[in-house]
Amino acid sequence: MAILEVENVHTYYGNIHALKGISLTVNEGENVTLIGANGAGKSTLLKTISGLLHPKQGMIRLAGEDLAAYQAHEIVGKGVVQAPEGRRVFGRLTVSENLEMGAYTRVDRSGIADGIEHVFTLFPRLKERHNQVAGTLSGGEQQMLAIGRALMARPRVLLLDEPSMGLAPILVQSIFETIVQLHAAGTTILLVEQNARMALQIADRGYVLQTGQIILSDTAGNLRQNEMVQKAYLGMA
Amino acid sequence: MRRALERISLIDVFMWIVGGSIIGIVLVGSVATIRSGQYSIRHWSDFLIFGVAQGSVYALIALGYTLVYGILRMINFAHGEVFMSGAYTAFFVADALSKSGFLGQNPLLGLLAVFAVSMATSVTVAVILERVAYRPLRRAPRLVPLITAIGASFFLQYTFRGFYGSGFKSYPEVPVLQGSWVWGGIVSIQRIQVLVIVAAGLLMLALYTYVQRTRAGKAMRAVSEDKDVAALMGINVDAVIVQTFIIGAALAGAAGVLYALMFRQVHFFMGFFPGIKAFTAAVLGGIGNIPGAMLGGLFLGIFESVGPILFLDGLGVPAPYQLKDAIAFTMLVLILIFRPTGILGERLARAKA
Repeated sequence: MAILEVENVHTYYGNIHALKGISLTVNEGENVTLIGANGAGKSTLLKTISGLLHPKQGMIRLAGEDLAAYQAHEIVGKGVVQAPEGRRVFGRLTVSENLEMGAYTRVDRSGIADGIEHVFTLFPRLKERHNQVAGTLSGGEQQMLAIGRALMARPRVLLLDEPSMGLAPILVQSIFETIVQLHAAGTTILLVEQNARMALQIADRGYVLQTGQIILSDTAGNLRQNEMVQKAYLGMA
Repeated sequence: MRRALERISLIDVFMWIVGGSIIGIVLVGSVATIRSGQYSIRHWSDFLIFGVAQGSVYALIALGYTLVYGILRMINFAHGEVFMSGAYTAFFVADALSKSGFLGQNPLLGLLAVFAVSMATSVTVAVILERVAYRPLRRAPRLVPLITAIGASFFLQYTFRGFYGSGFKSYPEVPVLQGSWVWGGIVSIQRIQVLVIVAAGLLMLALYTYVQRTRAGKAMRAVSEDKDVAALMGINVDAVIVQTFIIGAALAGAAGVLYALMFRQVHFFMGFFPGIKAFTAAVLGGIGNIPGAMLGGLFLGIFESVGPILFLDGLGVPAPYQLKDAIAFTMLVLILIFRPTGILGERLARAKA
């Protein structure tokens, strides 16, 4: 069943027509990836879904409900949660405080405590550093925190924007393993990546975005075999 | 050796000479003043206690500047008028309570009512200001809200002048707060100063606890770091901004009553100098930094009260106390030259890394 539906969405950045009629769906429990080059509009799409940008045209629905009337902070409460590009943890807050902020929409105290424990089992490094301010963490640890923070809101759909950006290959590997683990545990994921190779290995389905339009959509397996994708995004001749 | 010398610019050398000679004057002046023996320990402790009381009021106002700056990166130049409007409105309550004798019979309740009215008025003014004058301009270039703030400041001053006239109104006496305590003939502290220092200290402690420990306080810190991401965590950024204005204004309203009780008068222009001084204190401590504003306020208050006589009296300057503002702002310039981020401010480059 489709949980997130994006239908013919047009978004402008000032005068720039950044998204030109995007449609995509994410089904419950699916791991869908959105690949594309720099500037294709991937982050713009996630910002539009999260309500930081408002589409000029088109509709975004969560489990059938139109999200147009809601502001960014209300959409989080509905269950669409994003770990933004570039991690953007709160550098002057401690690791624990960052996680508490992730749970801002929740009021169940014991549930929040369980959530923090869950994040710490997922990322033991964060537990060691729970009292440290986030600005002093390494890039990999900050990415773990950004994902952990998003999980704290108990997302119905988790939006991940370039989680591998700027990380050493070994860390990229471990972040992707975490995503596989989350998906296996039933989390619905929309993963935006420039690292198409890795993304298509772990996703169920994929969309290819180019200059604001979806030019291809298929199962991840088929996309890996697609000649155009191989040439443009997987670096094969 | 020559190369190393060439790298030092003339301006740097000039600034160091200026800084060095000012420190020299201060040292010579201080030694001369102390050796002259004109002032006893009793005098110095009076100056110091007055400075702490004055500085506590500066600190309370400075917090309003620093909180708003931390969230919006904007200087709310109308904050001095937020302070004034609370103190001025509360004057009418204080006056009525005093005339009816209530303030004499039941000073605790009476003062609480005066504080409540002042804080509520300041909060109302600040919230309206935010909604009408600042929020529509949030995406405008930075200079625009700054000019609006200055405009709002004049608007408030002349509105109060229009309604209540341009004269001074004298704040009523509170009988319990008259008189002072003396210890060993050396330290004497007025009751009103005790009230000012204790009340300011409690308010600052409450603010610090709120910002550090509560969920709403943490959300404030999150918004001050990154508004978009705060929204992505489900934090209602507009509500947090309003809340910041409310807290800053409540502190200013309380400061207004303390100030009026200390100096026993209100006036439509009374917000201007304390406002500028508190802004100075906030910059001094490192704008955006909460402990910095507290420290900057106290430091400025003490410096203003002790500094002129200590530094200048021994040099034979007549009526040095008249120069307190000149001294305070000289210090601001010096601190900004040698430590642009203020006492507790972090270096921007490091904060971003």
